[in-house]
Amino acid sequence: MSILTTSTGGPTPVRILAPDGSVPDGYRPPLPDSELLAAYRLMLMSRRVDERAFNLQRQGRLGVFSPVNGQEASVIGSAFALDPTRDWVVPQYRELPAMLRQGYTLERFLLYCMGDPEGNRMPDGVNLLPIQISLAAQIPHAVGLAWGLRHQGRDSVVCVYFGDGASSEGDFHEACNLAGVRRAPVIFFLQNNRWAISTPVSKQTGADSFATRATGYGFPGELVDGNDFFAVHEATLLAVARARAGEGPTLIESRTYRMGPHNTADDPTRYVDPEELEAYRALDPVARVRSFLLEAELLSEELEHRMRAEIEEELAAAVAAAEARGAGRPEQIFDHVYADPPPRLLDQRDAITGEAQ
Amino acid sequence: MATLNMVQAIRATLEREMERDERIILLGQDIGRNGGMFRATDGLQERFGEARVVDMPLAEGVIVGSAVGLACSGLRPIPELQFLGFGSQAFHQIEGQVARMRFRSQSRYPMPIVIRAPFGGNVRTPELHSDAHEAKYANSPGLKVVTPASAHDAKGLLTEAIRGEDPVLFCEPLRGYRLIKDAVPDEDYTLPFGRLRIARPGSDVTLVAWSAAVVVAEQAAELAEQEGISCQVVDLRTLVPLDVEGLAKAVSATGRAVVVHEAPLTAGFGAEVVATIVEHAFSALSAPVLRVTAPDAPYPFSSLERAYLPSAERSLGAIRRVMGAA
Ligand SMILES: Cc1ncc(C[n+]2csc(CCOP(=O)(O)OP(=O)(O)O)c2C)c(N)n1
Repeated sequence: MSILTTSTGGPTPVRILAPDGSVPDGYRPPLPDSELLAAYRLMLMSRRVDERAFNLQRQGRLGVFSPVNGQEASVIGSAFALDPTRDWVVPQYRELPAMLRQGYTLERFLLYCMGDPEGNRMPDGVNLLPIQISLAAQIPHAVGLAWGLRHQGRDSVVCVYFGDGASSEGDFHEACNLAGVRRAPVIFFLQNNRWAISTPVSKQTGADSFATRATGYGFPGELVDGNDFFAVHEATLLAVARARAGEGPTLIESRTYRMGPHNTADDPTRYVDPEELEAYRALDPVARVRSFLLEAELLSEELEHRMRAEIEEELAAAVAAAEARGAGRPEQIFDHVYADPPPRLLDQRDAITGEAQ
Repeated sequence: MATLNMVQAIRATLEREMERDERIILLGQDIGRNGGMFRATDGLQERFGEARVVDMPLAEGVIVGSAVGLACSGLRPIPELQFLGFGSQAFHQIEGQVARMRFRSQSRYPMPIVIRAPFGGNVRTPELHSDAHEAKYANSPGLKVVTPASAHDAKGLLTEAIRGEDPVLFCEPLRGYRLIKDAVPDEDYTLPFGRLRIARPGSDVTLVAWSAAVVVAEQAAELAEQEGISCQVVDLRTLVPLDVEGLAKAVSATGRAVVVHEAPLTAGFGAEVVATIVEHAFSALSAPVLRVTAPDAPYPFSSLERAYLPSAERSLGAIRRVMGAA
């Protein structure tokens, strides 16, 4: 049984894992030890990708990149509640670890950041829609996907990610409303990281919680501490169970904090209060899991060291592979535009690819 | 007279007009404390306060839709779309409401709204940020579509747009925000809509362009010059209204025309330009009118944009063809 109750929605986020890594007496995480370690490893990987991608971008080797920094528990805690063999993730653009968990690869992600369309091609059999740049546009897709899978008799659940900013778009409302009507097996996973570029959440909503919106759509909303891996994970498990049982959608507001810049082009010193940032650093989601794992003697310094070394190797191999492949052959402009391209487009292709030779 | 880049000229114009008319109110994403993604509103919230420079929720539909109501209340809103590509989220408000409220209300509710939007490519933005969507808006009766190519024109045309009574989509070339720099008079001035500018005189071929493509046309004219071909470059400045007479006159003077634009070929605004030339200057033409545009494929990911966008070299190819030299 979950230690959470449904339909809270606020005003206090559910918390299980305290900032010092302690948990309530007798609390047992629902994940087996090996999975807990896998989740922690993915957190380390995510942090390392953030750093490395920034360096590569500064060297002109990558285009725009949006770091996950600060949202690792939110993204990974939720992803670990899904079964990648049957459940789906519909991402925005800040959920790389959830995508990796589903089966996407680092190499493809790097290609994406290098501006190569192949990077947004999800591997066959991997239950993922493409990275979405048009904010909130993916939310209606997730509802249709969930509805369609159920219509075909599958027991899949769809988890769609989006930000507090995206939640202001009409697409959010329209999608939630439809999901409520159709009781679609979908989880609306709203990452409230307090910012939409420079716009604080107070300019996004007049309410003190997003989770309470769910009531108006006829399904439950959960408000969780998004820097708490266990709270996020438990809330998502509950939502998965409901969806799988045919009880319909859940809205989860994961209250977290974007600790880095919006992306490689952003300068947050123009608008972020440094004291606020410091306060959130003390709530670092990765450090919390680390303390818990050390305390539980699941993790040792030595094991962590090994993990970091492996991550370094994996990342270096992915960078080398992506760069060896190289981004952007002109014919890619024309591939995959139509199944049956108009003759005019083929002429244009010949002209442009001929020019490039 | 100061040398300003495009974004400085726009910022200065907004400031000047807000001083002059307190009914002006700016709406947009990240335009306040952050001063806009490209700093077009830098310092304006400090200067005019949060009530007049408003950071809006992230929803283009309500940014433009509420501007309609603000205008009905007697204000003169200037909403900013962070990128014209996201104008699609507001398209039903722009095309269906802003553009036709005057008609729907039989002039009871004029729409003195200027929608500002950076657009165009070659700056390695993520997907959907770079599209040149001007033709979609030019095909929305009731709306004017303004596309400056210099800092000087940006100031004069924006002032005209703000002081006018009709709604305007003011398209700002993202690539030119910092690259395009020229002399801008300190005093106020307006430039009338529907008057093109001869950006470069020439006698053999007329190159027709707007916004950032004017720079491409000018580069092509330089290349052609080296081959002994003299190109006139026409900057349309405004697509709606279109300077039909000026266009016919310019093309009649050379007898040959090439249109250069960033949007895809099919149903791009170039088609309108060619049709207008054919209607009004047919007898002066000594060669078919050609178009140099993006192909009919979606705006690609950033590593492909150089190959996708019309270039000076591609334009030169068309110039040679209308000269019968290739
Ligand atoms: C429809 C749309 N409008 C504007 C933008 C430009 N933009 C990109 S990210 C962003 C802020 C997004 O905030 P949020 O949804 O909270 O997600 P976060 O980046 O904080 O993860 C904006 C305004 C966009 N990509 N799509």
